[in-house]
Amino acid sequence: MMRAAVIQFPGSNCDRDMAVAIRDITGADTSLVWHRESALPSGLDFIAIPGGFSYGDYLRSGAMAARSPVMQAVIAAAGRGVPVLGVCNGFQILTEAGLLPGALMRNAGIRFVCRKVGLTVENNQSMFTSGYAAGEKIHIPVAHHDGNFFADDATLDRLEGEGRVAFRYAEPVNGSARNIAGVLNDKGNVLGMMPHPERMIEAIQGGSDGRRLFEGLIREIA
Amino acid sequence: MKSRIFVTLKNGVLDPQGKAIHHAIEGLGFSGVHDVRAGRLIEIEHEPGLSKADLESMCTKLLANMVIENFEIEQA
Repeated sequence: MMRAAVIQFPGSNCDRDMAVAIRDITGADTSLVWHRESALPSGLDFIAIPGGFSYGDYLRSGAMAARSPVMQAVIAAAGRGVPVLGVCNGFQILTEAGLLPGALMRNAGIRFVCRKVGLTVENNQSMFTSGYAAGEKIHIPVAHHDGNFFADDATLDRLEGEGRVAFRYAEPVNGSARNIAGVLNDKGNVLGMMPHPERMIEAIQGGSDGRRLFEGLIREIA
Repeated sequence: MKSRIFVTLKNGVLDPQGKAIHHAIEGLGFSGVHDVRAGRLIEIEHEPGLSKADLESMCTKLLANMVIENFEIEQA
């Protein structure tokens, strides 16, 4: 059976939604792991860093969580090739931890943005996006204050050239450079994205476009 | 002993908060302000023996995000 872990920080608030999505869609044995743990459960096939406001967004969003004990274990696991998905605050934590390039800054319009947005699947060759068609337009909600992706032009060119832009906003949402909504690491086993696929997994939530991310991932892992 | 660490956005990095503050300043009727950039001041009380290198290391490891920010250390 596939084994998954969802990391919980003080201030995480999408942890249980994420665990439900993973359990329901993939059937994985999914455990919640507290940030003070220095080791992860053994034999993990998948790690998710959920959304929320870890440490009250003190200093910078994700900055404190990125330095917590469990993240050392997550960094090591990512280095071994274990798939790691960071959503929203999870994306911020992954950039702060150095697992993904760039930084997530205050939304260009200052306001918190909370709505369903259109996304274009830019790369459907990754383990996280194989459930989608290349160029497909999907709808997934965002809910963030700091989702404005920034990286220098050389880094952005490299990300685009290497197919590491996984998702792009169909229209400007938060000022993100080149409308980038989700990026992959160089090996393709770490994905950070601001939109919340775990909030769009069945019709009662207004759509199920997030579901195929998890379905694609389990096919890739199996 | 106290050190003050100033964390500021790098040149060229857009500062939406600075822009909002600028608009608010103009809204209060002040004119002649060209630009506003917001940063962060962190004061650290420490032993006199703590080295500048240690303070710099704190900055690069935690206090500043070197992708978007610069820092300056002022030792009292």
